[in-house]
Amino acid sequence: MADTVTPAPRPLSPSSTSRDRARPGSLALRGVAMVYVGLLVLLPVVVILYRTFQPGLGEFFSALDSPEAAHAFELTGIVALSAVVINTVFGIAVAILLARYRFWGRRVLSAFVDLPVSVSPIVVGLALVLVFGPTGWFGPFLTRHGVTMIGAKPGMILATVFVSLPLVVRALVPVLEQAGIEQEQAAASLGATAFTRLRRITLPTIRAALTYGVVLSLARCIGEYGAVLVVSNNVEGTTETAPLRVGNLVENELNYNAAYAITFVLIVVAFAAILLSAWIRRRRRS
Amino acid sequence: MTTDVQAAPAATEAVSAGPAARRRRGRPKTGLPLRAASGTSLGVVVIWMSLLVLIPLAAVVGHAFDGGWSGFTDAISQPATAAALRLTLGLSAAAAIINAVMGTIVAWVLVRGKFSGSGIFEMVIDIPFALPTIVAGLVMLALYGGDSPIGVSLVGTRTGLLVTLLFVTLPFTVRTVQPVLLNLDREAEDAAASLGASAPVIFRRIALPQLMPAIVSGAVLSFARAIGEYGSLVLISSNLPFKTEIASSVIYGKLQDADNAARSTQQAAAIATILLVASAVVLVLIEVLGRRVSRRG
Repeated sequence: MADTVTPAPRPLSPSSTSRDRARPGSLALRGVAMVYVGLLVLLPVVVILYRTFQPGLGEFFSALDSPEAAHAFELTGIVALSAVVINTVFGIAVAILLARYRFWGRRVLSAFVDLPVSVSPIVVGLALVLVFGPTGWFGPFLTRHGVTMIGAKPGMILATVFVSLPLVVRALVPVLEQAGIEQEQAAASLGATAFTRLRRITLPTIRAALTYGVVLSLARCIGEYGAVLVVSNNVEGTTETAPLRVGNLVENELNYNAAYAITFVLIVVAFAAILLSAWIRRRRRS
Repeated sequence: MTTDVQAAPAATEAVSAGPAARRRRGRPKTGLPLRAASGTSLGVVVIWMSLLVLIPLAAVVGHAFDGGWSGFTDAISQPATAAALRLTLGLSAAAAIINAVMGTIVAWVLVRGKFSGSGIFEMVIDIPFALPTIVAGLVMLALYGGDSPIGVSLVGTRTGLLVTLLFVTLPFTVRTVQPVLLNLDREAEDAAASLGASAPVIFRRIALPQLMPAIVSGAVLSFARAIGEYGSLVLISSNLPFKTEIASSVIYGKLQDADNAARSTQQAAAIATILLVASAVVLVLIEVLGRRVSRRG
């Protein structure tokens, strides 16, 4: 309170005068922004939380207790974790290559890493089916070796990796570019091998950014729907992940309460990811 | 004779392409040449990316032309398919334009008007990004479904699709405009204000031109996301052909058609190819805009 009353000692700062002059207009803008975001985002989220717990806690827990739900969560965990591990390993490799090395096709590689963000998940699923499906390009080869990709976990993991491909890479590249290569060159001149430099210099440098990328990637992998829908064949109790189960409960069984319960768990995971990534961002800034 | 004349510069260009291209792009000279470890990892990465991304996407385009060029044009000019493609592109464009305006306002408020609770406001912006698409769909259905608590049912309407797209793409423009706005030099604005320019004039004449590349690239990003959106729309759309059926739904529908699998797959691939071309155009646009932004900065 005292602060706002006594701006007199420092009225010469030009930015503060302009801010004061724009006050009514900026208040109106703030109102517009808050109403828009409130109606568009906050209201529906509040409504779904209300609907989840309206039938009571007993209903909520029994919906989560079914063997189908348990299987769906377990499968989601397996697929998402496998995809994140793959993305982390390849993400580090791709980020180091893009940030530090010059080679023919560097920009093409960079463009291909970004491509999955703007490809429809349904198209991703279709693309993988056309190559790894039983009648796909590699279908006969895979069948001969007894490998089933489509309608099974490997295909679902592949689809999940595809859609979350750029997240780790894009989190790492700016940090690696900023860190430069002087330390690495010094270490190399002292005889450190590539592996030692990776373990002792690169990984400690990118640790925070890597955590950030992994959190984002994990959230994305847990929630993937369209691509997994196409490649999994969506069979209850076998290839039904938690997001697929939400869709099936609403579309086929009209069991909204069970769908809300699973959705609530997914929302909690998503919120945890937001809080965690915000916390990492703040720590990196300070 | 003419071939000789053309061949000569082509050859020299091939020889000098590497360093010349690098100089053109103004890359710092920090890039290392590949050695054993990095060369091997590049090889593995390229094989992996080919198996995962390049070959599957090539298969989509390849299958789109299974029946030749006419097979492709026949597939995408089927009335229901053409209507779905038009709807998808139209809705995405509408979402992009609305995002350009509202996203800029939200970013402006976040950067210029720090207020108590702006931290929470900031986090609310990220909710649509973090929510799984099907969850976003159910969230919208909970509010705008048949028994809507506010009495607005948008199931099976284009308005429902648009509102859902605005929900899932909200963060794009906000998050692209915000950093540029943060780094904006305020001296010019303060000078204009001291000379008596009103706030709208200052915004239009000084801030907006500098923000424009970021606004456009944010809008383009949300356009790209909207074109491929599926999970969040599937519940509210009801898939009514010619009314609310979007391109991704048509593709999925074709894939479920087991009676005429080969033909349906070709048609699905043709529609998918249109979406892929749209994605590619968008990526190029973002790249060009990104370079313009960095040249200004």
